[in-house]
Amino acid sequence: MIEGAVHRFGDNIDTDQLAPGRYMKGAIAEIARHCLEAVDPGFVDRVCPGDIIVAGDNFGAGSSREQAVAALLALGVSAVVAKSFARIFFRNALNLGLPVLVCPTASEIPDGARIAVDPTSGRAVETATGQQHDCEPIPSHLMAMVRDGGLLPHLEKTLRTSTNG
Amino acid sequence: MAGPSALAERLIARACGRDAVSAGEIVTCKVDLAMMHDSGGPRRIKPMLDRLGEAPWDSSRVALVTDHYAPAIDAESAAIVDLTRQWAREQGIAQFFDSEGICHVVLPEHGLIRPGMFVVGGDSHSPTGGAFGAFMVGIGATEMLGVLVRGEIWIKVPRTLLLTWHGRLAAGVTAKDMMLHLCATLGQAAVNYRAVEFAGEAVTSLPMAERMTLCNMTAELGAKTGLIAPDATTLDYLSEVGAPVSAAETAAWQTDLAADYELRRDYDASTLSPQVAAPHSPQASGPVSEHRGVAVDQAYIGSCTGAKLVDLRMAAEILTGRQIAAGTRLLVAPASNRVVEQAKAEGTLATLMEAGAVLLPTGCGACAGYGAGLLGEAEVCISSTARNFKGRMGAASAQIYLGSPYTVAAAAVAGHIVDPREFLP
Repeated sequence: MIEGAVHRFGDNIDTDQLAPGRYMKGAIAEIARHCLEAVDPGFVDRVCPGDIIVAGDNFGAGSSREQAVAALLALGVSAVVAKSFARIFFRNALNLGLPVLVCPTASEIPDGARIAVDPTSGRAVETATGQQHDCEPIPSHLMAMVRDGGLLPHLEKTLRTSTNG
Repeated sequence: MAGPSALAERLIARACGRDAVSAGEIVTCKVDLAMMHDSGGPRRIKPMLDRLGEAPWDSSRVALVTDHYAPAIDAESAAIVDLTRQWAREQGIAQFFDSEGICHVVLPEHGLIRPGMFVVGGDSHSPTGGAFGAFMVGIGATEMLGVLVRGEIWIKVPRTLLLTWHGRLAAGVTAKDMMLHLCATLGQAAVNYRAVEFAGEAVTSLPMAERMTLCNMTAELGAKTGLIAPDATTLDYLSEVGAPVSAAETAAWQTDLAADYELRRDYDASTLSPQVAAPHSPQASGPVSEHRGVAVDQAYIGSCTGAKLVDLRMAAEILTGRQIAAGTRLLVAPASNRVVEQAKAEGTLATLMEAGAVLLPTGCGACAGYGAGLLGEAEVCISSTARNFKGRMGAASAQIYLGSPYTVAAAAVAGHIVDPREFLP
């Protein structure tokens, strides 16, 4: 179960907003400092570890740059719940260990609310009101990779296990 | 025997060693070629490969291009390009193209994308390769790590949309205008995760570079890839670049109108007008007349989408015998060195320069926000590139409009957005 405070964004949050091109040659920490500044300059100062991003359609549109995911992880974002995701971003997120949930009613979740998300059952609940939102579940074998921190640590673990076994 | 199927399904079936696959199935495909560039390539992947103690499964199936950070503009970008060169040497990557231009244009110029192939690219504009009847899809760096270690990738077979463009485009109207129109009208929800197959006279009458623009911008629709069945135009191009393919070899990769397409749409190319996307999304597109008079600080012709030889020729048609307006600058960053050579040889380059254009290095340049030609606060730019996301080409307050090279060149001459057909004979 993932629980955190909600930061609401609209439709078409793109990879240039998440990881602006002009900071792309820097380290992830530097890119993260500019994450979403074009749409919400105060976001990086307000966001706390564990917080959850809730957005509209087409989250992560645009580039294949993984730094768009890595910047959110560096800020401590624990999950993204959106009406829909751009396909490369969706795969990148799971590969880097960030749970991403497709939720048709995402736009009804208020900014600042606390929500608890269970990725494998696909259930998101607003803590204060008990209001429930159904998301597309993430299959448990994919969540195993996400919990390991993404494909690389997951591969390391699997390769180690197969060598030992 | 399996029934008629969409081109994407047949290409995926070949790559996963099956007779047929259906949309929605998850299959594992052997990768014929893995393309990477300096931004998402070795810089991100080498540390991961080292951590796993692995190397590419087959270096002859890897192509590497420096385009995002080459030529370097500062010490940090130089270090990224240098790391890329070193890795190419260490791994013996023969298909390493250093400072030759943008990956999506350079690979076809070397005949590396051919009908029937299954290709992954570490860049979102990888669907460009679909113009050759190859299945080519964009992936992120960690996904590429998996490909490099195993030589394969899992993929969900996409549903396919068949977009048929009837008739012929009018003079001054281009593949870019077709794509901006689709961005505005199709909607991301209808296209996300799907393959887009293009057909019809307006498509088959296009040269390869324009077909590449169609497939390239399916990324902006949210598609997994875009595809065009190979024909005589495809085979002529491949012969010219020294990678001849016979018509018999492409027989399996034709459009089958009896296939089970999720959606079919028909368009009349002859009535399409030049299109312009308003800030900050390609989906905010409409006829150029909606934006007539918007004053422009910078006109930019660049990128894999809008700086191939045909794109430069379009600009030259407008600029012949004209000068760009005072107070407006026109920057041209050709997509590849071969484009520069050809444009120089035929006089296109001279036409652009005489009109007052500034020639920039080949590569991704300002399109990705990495190179020369970035925008200051509140500046207005019209660009032949694919994306006008907020802050992409510099300051977040900059206003980026998108249009065809005709429309960009016309704006440079007028100093404001204008219908380019006013400048054509």
